[in-house]
Amino acid sequence: MSQTFSLAAAEQVIPASGLASSAWLLIALPAFGALVLLVGGRRTNAWGHLLGITTVVASFAIGIALFFGSGSNQIQEANLFSWIDVNALKVDFGLRLDPLSITFVLLITGVGSLIHIYSVGYMADDDGRRRFFGYLNLFVAAMLILVLGNSFVTLYLGWEGVGLASYLLIGWYQNRPSAATAAKKAFLMNRVGDVGLAVAIFLLFKNLGTTQYAEVFARVGELSPGTVTAITILLLLGACGKSGQFPLQAWLPDAMEGPTPVSALIHAATMVTAGVYLIARANPLYNLSADGRLVVIVIGAITLLIGCVIGCAYDDIKKVLAYSTVSQIGYMILAVGLGPFGYALGIMHLVAHGFFKAGLFLGAGSVMHAMKDEVDMRKYGGLWRIMPITFGTFLLGYLALIGIPPFSGFFTKDAIIAAAFGQEGWRAWVFGGAALLGAGLTAFYMTRLVLMTFFGKQRWKDLKAEDGSDFHPHESKPVMTVPMIVLAIGSIGAGFFFTQGERFVNWLAPSLQPLEKVEHGVLSHGLIQILVIGLSVLGVLLAWLFVGRKDVPVVKPARVSPVVKAARADLYGNHLNEALVSRPGTWLARALVYVDNKGVDGLVNGIAASFGGSSGRLRRLQTGFVRSYALSMLASGILVVAALLMVRFS
Amino acid sequence: MNTQPAAMIAGTSGGGSGLLLALLLLPLLGGIVVAFLKDDRMAKLTALTVSLVELVLVVPAWITYVPNGSRIQLALSVDWIPNFGIHFSLGIDGIALTMIALIGILTPIVIGGSWADKLPEGRGAAGFYSLLLVMQTGMVGVFAATDVFLFYVFFEAVLVPMYFLVGRFGGPRRQYAAMKFFLYSLLGGLIMLASVIGLYVVSKDYNNGVGTLDWQTLSTVMDQAPLSTQIWLFLGFFVAFAIKAPLVPLHTWLPDATAEAPIGTGVLLVGVLDKIGTFGFLRYCLPLFPAASKELAPLVLILSVLGIVYGALLAAGQNDMKRLMAYISIAHFGFIGLGIFAFSTQSIAGSALYMVNHGLATGMLFLVVGMVIARGDSRSIRDYGGLAKLTPVLAGLFLFAGLAALSLPGLNSFVSEFLVLVGSYPNAPVYAIIGAVGMILAAAYVLWAYQRVFQGPVRGNALVGLSGGPGTAGDPAKASIADLGVREKVVLAPLVVLIIFLGFYPAPVLDVLQPTVDATLQSVGLADPVGGK
Repeated sequence: MSQTFSLAAAEQVIPASGLASSAWLLIALPAFGALVLLVGGRRTNAWGHLLGITTVVASFAIGIALFFGSGSNQIQEANLFSWIDVNALKVDFGLRLDPLSITFVLLITGVGSLIHIYSVGYMADDDGRRRFFGYLNLFVAAMLILVLGNSFVTLYLGWEGVGLASYLLIGWYQNRPSAATAAKKAFLMNRVGDVGLAVAIFLLFKNLGTTQYAEVFARVGELSPGTVTAITILLLLGACGKSGQFPLQAWLPDAMEGPTPVSALIHAATMVTAGVYLIARANPLYNLSADGRLVVIVIGAITLLIGCVIGCAYDDIKKVLAYSTVSQIGYMILAVGLGPFGYALGIMHLVAHGFFKAGLFLGAGSVMHAMKDEVDMRKYGGLWRIMPITFGTFLLGYLALIGIPPFSGFFTKDAIIAAAFGQEGWRAWVFGGAALLGAGLTAFYMTRLVLMTFFGKQRWKDLKAEDGSDFHPHESKPVMTVPMIVLAIGSIGAGFFFTQGERFVNWLAPSLQPLEKVEHGVLSHGLIQILVIGLSVLGVLLAWLFVGRKDVPVVKPARVSPVVKAARADLYGNHLNEALVSRPGTWLARALVYVDNKGVDGLVNGIAASFGGSSGRLRRLQTGFVRSYALSMLASGILVVAALLMVRFS
Repeated sequence: MNTQPAAMIAGTSGGGSGLLLALLLLPLLGGIVVAFLKDDRMAKLTALTVSLVELVLVVPAWITYVPNGSRIQLALSVDWIPNFGIHFSLGIDGIALTMIALIGILTPIVIGGSWADKLPEGRGAAGFYSLLLVMQTGMVGVFAATDVFLFYVFFEAVLVPMYFLVGRFGGPRRQYAAMKFFLYSLLGGLIMLASVIGLYVVSKDYNNGVGTLDWQTLSTVMDQAPLSTQIWLFLGFFVAFAIKAPLVPLHTWLPDATAEAPIGTGVLLVGVLDKIGTFGFLRYCLPLFPAASKELAPLVLILSVLGIVYGALLAAGQNDMKRLMAYISIAHFGFIGLGIFAFSTQSIAGSALYMVNHGLATGMLFLVVGMVIARGDSRSIRDYGGLAKLTPVLAGLFLFAGLAALSLPGLNSFVSEFLVLVGSYPNAPVYAIIGAVGMILAAAYVLWAYQRVFQGPVRGNALVGLSGGPGTAGDPAKASIADLGVREKVVLAPLVVLIIFLGFYPAPVLDVLQPTVDATLQSVGLADPVGGK
């Protein structure tokens, strides 16, 4: 791999015209929905969810129109107003419409619409359903700002906006202390990443005097190599926070405290992939820094393995899916780290993943809905007979995720693994090997999940729900199953459709530059495909050996190997955070409160007392204070004047 | 910088000069009238009317002010103590105008917010509202004064109503807190007085042998003074201002005063009164002692970032909700100090905007905290839990104000904090990065406080007691805590609107501030680090 890639011809940015100039409606509609639902209060309870759905579907329709409209394969910008303007710093609030952002618009509003519809059923019994739709609309609006904004600062606005929506929705069941804590943890760990993003913006302003994409990308050549590397690594830190990448991955599994539609939309399909978007969007910067890209690849590879390993150990269906998301985003990050030929692959896997992972989460939600919110897979079993639609759609998502041809994950993940093997020297073996190993592990944990949930003995028959009643699993209502079916259809064909004739990659080319074919691969593409399929099948077989052919114990075995123990403890990620950050931070805060009350303040009180003689004296001062004050003012004034005169004339 | 002599300016803008005098005197007259009203309701209504008329008067001032016009506008000058060259001169620049507008907005909100406050035994509403209005005159005077001595007089004068507001109408330890506030301010005031006198004496050497305390004249001549002289005079002003807008370690009076002050008074204390300190940095320290400002900038920067981190950590560890407000403010004043002494137009504009935004955001948070305390009758966070279940609107507005305090983009404080940090980075990268880390801590203290008070099951002495005993805990049907009433919503609504509006469209305020900010940076003799001219 060459040290730096030659700069592509400067991108052509044209002012938005026609339909593109009303693209602000994309954001305004869900924002309006959020405003009405959150300010309107109970008055909107009756029709609130309908408004929520309508606004997002309308945005989706506009997105479709933009996609088919003329100029969608160009980079168009529409400046709305000047947001922050102080001399050299000019931040415009504007939108950038190009294949990359339009792709995201379709993903966000498309999956968003389905999940809004699904939520009508899922949240039917929740008193706060109207507020729930308000938060979902807020999320969609913020996410659209994130991907449509035309500067790093508007990106930051959307970035923290989706963080807020995520915080509100993770903490939805706020009576549960664990939900409140998970929400706060997510926000804080995201803010750690945000600081990286913020400092990257400071560096851009200092060195280029601008934060607008068009100007930054046109002038990246003026940056010193060290600065570029610093910016790329800082942006990566931001991406790690938002996308649950190592070392900031610990919040994402906890985020499963939120309602399942939230997990599907925010913590699987859209928000958590924002880090991938950020790196792809900033591709002119990453193109200039091989070191920056290497760090991205390393983080991606580490995370995809961490996610797989932990995913094998959990019994909580949503946590397994969450770690699966961590791992799949690891693949995407790995892909975008590979440089020009990787950006489009990362985004392609992102879109495919958005569909099948959202489908899997909705399936899991359907199961939980049927099982009285039970998430422990050890209490499931044999559900395929009772929930045929859920099972069928889930199965399709499963096949897509583990990459069995012809389902979508096969095409998109396979492309990434092949690209990783296309690296030079040791990198091909290390990163290609990690990606390959991950494929096998993914097949293992996902098969385990499917076997434990849908096959085997119906273990729930002998168990009671948390409220003491029996389990009566049932298929979900059409309002929930229809979105699942739509997403499942997406998982069947999308990958093939995308990769055939490099359709997707060519579509993204104006934003991400054309795909460079990998020529110097250490293994042939055919061999890689065989290896991927072989390892996946091996994973499936192993899962069947461990889980499928014998009864699953209802209580999880306590005596397990150290590896499983470590995996069950999230590979000690939380312990590390706690030992390094939270506990010292709490102690420091407590110690400082003590010192501030006793130390600094004590000192001041002491001085005051010694000046005033005693506290009794202080009290007396207070009675005739105006007089004493005037007097002491006068006296000190005279003293000071005297002192000054002496200094002057000596 | 505009170097028009003061006399000319006084002559040229005579049309608007009466306006400033009216803004200054109206609250004082109103305060005197209110003091004599026997009926509590009458007193409140009169005070509210006066404060609303004052707010209306701000509008023509805002319209008359020409952002790119002379340095000081709406000027008015009368001889006061001719022997010492002291004038009673008023005038405003962009920063002073926005602060006067902030006072105009906050005062009626504070009066509305205090409407149902239970005053301590034997204290009438007339006294309280009269003092609030008198204090408003003092605050307007501080920002409108263009004579250094007149500034000093107002600087001290606001102490008196504040002292009584805390000492007579405050919480259980009000006398201690008022005394501490008073002693601190007294100390700062005296040191500043020494510097004011020194400034007069020294000015003779650079102003053709004529001593003067006219700010405009001083700001054009004082840069000739040698560094050592500048440093001494700078320090006199600086210490007074660093006590006012408390920089660590001169901050310990604020948590006590804030904790014991009635809510409305606390809002004005952290929202406006403390800004006198940061305003002082901008109006007096930088233009009058440019060499000293540059020389001592590292010291101020260190104190500022120390305040950001220290204030945030203490806020996180706080159990008393009102003290929490004080520590949040200390952290925010750290940001303002950082921006001012990082010497770029972006950072200084950020600081000046921060002064407004902090008043709105923290002011709102403070009012909301007051509404929580009014319901639970306790300032201790430990006495609460799960309040969101009982009062969802109150919870939502607390979170909203908290998000503004932690500078969430889309809300007003983000713009100012971003400007401070992005503008500080070129000259002071390490400080800017520490400041950025302060953003994480801000999220921690706001969200942790929210979690402890509002989330989880309903619990805590303040709530379970009120809900009729532990048996009813968690059952909103039996709880007797009411959500926000109409008055409370009306009081908070304008703040919500302003916080969102200025988050997306800060231009109306920034455009007024920017020429003044440019002039302030030029007076230090520095160019912008990025795109400097």
